[in-house]
Amino acid sequence: MFDALSDKLQSALGDLRGRGVLDDEAISRAMREVRLALLEADVNLEIVRQFVARVRERALGEDVAKSLTPGQQVVKIVHEELTELMGSGSSQLAFSPRPPTTILLAGLQGSGKTTAAGKLALLLRKDGRKPALVAADLQRPAAIDQLVQLGAQAGVPVYADERTDPVKAVHDGIERARADGRDVVVLDTAGRLHVDEPLMEELAAVRREAKPTNVLLVLDAMTGQEAVNVAKAFQERIDFDGVVMTKLDGDARGGAALSVKAVTGRPIKLASVGEKLDALEWFHPDRMASRILGMGDVLTLIERAEAAVADDEKEELERRMMAGEFSFDDFLKSYKMLRRMGPLQGVLKLIPGMGKQLEGLDQVNEKELARVEAIILSMTPQERRLPRVIDGSRRKRIAAGSGTAVTQVNQLIEARKQMAKMMKMMGSGKMPQLPAAGMGGKPRPSATRKSSSKRKKKARR
Amino acid sequence: MPRSWAELLGEEGAAPEPETERAGLFSRLRDSLSKSRRALTEQLQAAAFDPGDDLSWERLEEALLQADVGVPATAELVRRLEERGDIGALADEVAQLFGEPPTLDVRHDPAVILVVGVNGTGKTTTIGKLASTLSRHGRSVVVAAADTFRAAAEEQLEIWAQRAGADFVGSERGADPAAVAYDAIEAAQARGRDVVIVDTAGRLHTQTNLMEELVKVRRVIERKLDGAPQETLLVVDATTGQNGVQQARLFNEAVGVTGVALTKLDGSAKGGVAIPIAYELGLPVKLVGVGERLDDLRPFDPLDYARALVSS
Repeated sequence: MFDALSDKLQSALGDLRGRGVLDDEAISRAMREVRLALLEADVNLEIVRQFVARVRERALGEDVAKSLTPGQQVVKIVHEELTELMGSGSSQLAFSPRPPTTILLAGLQGSGKTTAAGKLALLLRKDGRKPALVAADLQRPAAIDQLVQLGAQAGVPVYADERTDPVKAVHDGIERARADGRDVVVLDTAGRLHVDEPLMEELAAVRREAKPTNVLLVLDAMTGQEAVNVAKAFQERIDFDGVVMTKLDGDARGGAALSVKAVTGRPIKLASVGEKLDALEWFHPDRMASRILGMGDVLTLIERAEAAVADDEKEELERRMMAGEFSFDDFLKSYKMLRRMGPLQGVLKLIPGMGKQLEGLDQVNEKELARVEAIILSMTPQERRLPRVIDGSRRKRIAAGSGTAVTQVNQLIEARKQMAKMMKMMGSGKMPQLPAAGMGGKPRPSATRKSSSKRKKKARR
Repeated sequence: MPRSWAELLGEEGAAPEPETERAGLFSRLRDSLSKSRRALTEQLQAAAFDPGDDLSWERLEEALLQADVGVPATAELVRRLEERGDIGALADEVAQLFGEPPTLDVRHDPAVILVVGVNGTGKTTTIGKLASTLSRHGRSVVVAAADTFRAAAEEQLEIWAQRAGADFVGSERGADPAAVAYDAIEAAQARGRDVVIVDTAGRLHTQTNLMEELVKVRRVIERKLDGAPQETLLVVDATTGQNGVQQARLFNEAVGVTGVALTKLDGSAKGGVAIPIAYELGLPVKLVGVGERLDDLRPFDPLDYARALVSS
């Protein structure tokens, strides 16, 4: 819905251009759009209010009105302020000089603690550590079974006892980990409501027993206005050091993350972005800011693309894309790559200005892959290489050959054209619609290229 | 008068429920809603409310937004109240957005209830409670563990089935969930059971392949039994924000949701996202979860909820 925030700001502020005098009413209109966007993203109302006041002040203070694109300027200010709000604080975990390091996970029911525990154990193991999991969720039926199974998948030992006392379970689990020479212990606790006094007291007791090196609050990215109350209550009782944001692979904008950081001062450290056990990532505040604004996330897109594409095909495809030589062969190749990068809708959201730029492609759904493939394979090699030769009669032939309608062939041809155009613009350093705002850099076109080429070099090493 | 199970299940001439059970819900719902730091009323004391004062309207709007009602539904409520010029009608207008009190269709032989939702909303727990209540109301129940993905999901459901006195149909982890649903219906038919409740794996509504899997589960149920599933319940966590609307939209598009079960209302979250789900998508809330106990699943009563939301 707010993929078009920058468009809306553009139109709210666009008429300022050339007048030189900042119109208070236009700024108010723009601020209303910002407010709506943040509320729709589930940012807490109090924080929205403070935030909008700050952005308004800056928008009035800077030369927004003189800018050729006042809307873009305001988006940039909003993005910077959001990143600032979320950015301070380390995303690193603390490691104890005297192992084992202990990490306590706490949160509401259903926030994803047990799954996060399994993922964190795997992440730590891949980092060369020797983690262990301790089951202290003795409430939910079969929670221990779940942790045991996750531990087996992650190749990490699980210390679990069918006991009734989580404090004892934690004590014994840490002892066993120490005896076994494990250097990190992840403690999975039962989900509890922050208003449930006896259970919060129990958690405080577990914390006193474990003396954890890190306490992490596990928070569902889809949480609404209540996130702030939840976080405050957990902070008062167990004082967590950071947040694990779960279910970020959905389309929730995750305003809860911003709210929790703003209210508790505790940073988001980790983000869970998929069902698979390896889908836990360190958190990037600037990317989250883009997501909340619906501005896309080019860096994540590039990273996922790098992970999905084999090295040799990558460079060639990149060169062709940037040069605007984006044939149907490339289209098919990249389409298949997109699928390797995760759910298509999620991937499309990462592209800035997606809604407007690629309306044709936006309709393309994963189950249409077979059709897209059929259409492209019904083209001659020449048609695939030089799409402009595809005239009316060729379109009819392609439609007949692939068992599709001519309109579907037309749609695909249009989508490829749009895509090639956008690739070319990216290649020349001009981001469609959004200059540098999505990258957290300066509004010079080169900022885009610099950051992406730096990443590429790093990945090739 | 809060809605009773007999009313929800469309039981005619059923004996009225004991007063305690009825009174229980309203007071518990109000208790739980009032745990929130800033109850709605605090911000909109009817006495202090001045229809001519912009600030009063702003406070109303903010109270609704803080309850996760979201921008469009809040705007609609404010518009309607402005028309009436009466803040006292808030509960009434909220209730109206929910429409008529719904029923849960279990009068078939057997009736199939498909339960869907994103991860961690409390599907399995809700099924356990529903199975238990249906048993108490004289329905024999089969629960089907078609969540073949999450580790230990099956064990969790089996424990609930035992507590509820329901039959349990399971399978191997990684098995085809549609096949589990099929087996469960067949078992219910063979044993003459009244209701089949199918538990499915939590899935994010954006995961196209997993949503396709769900479509297949539904299709297999439809083919196995005419008119089934009679109910497709979407389980929504009351702490969910505006993403809940998108969840409801996409699940509804995929498998045709007939009602919402709003869970975890015993926290301080008000579950206001149920309002835009009903208002924008026309999906009724049928059940609310207000606690951890087996009998803490209750029929949803629009006016009751609206009053608790507004006057807690």
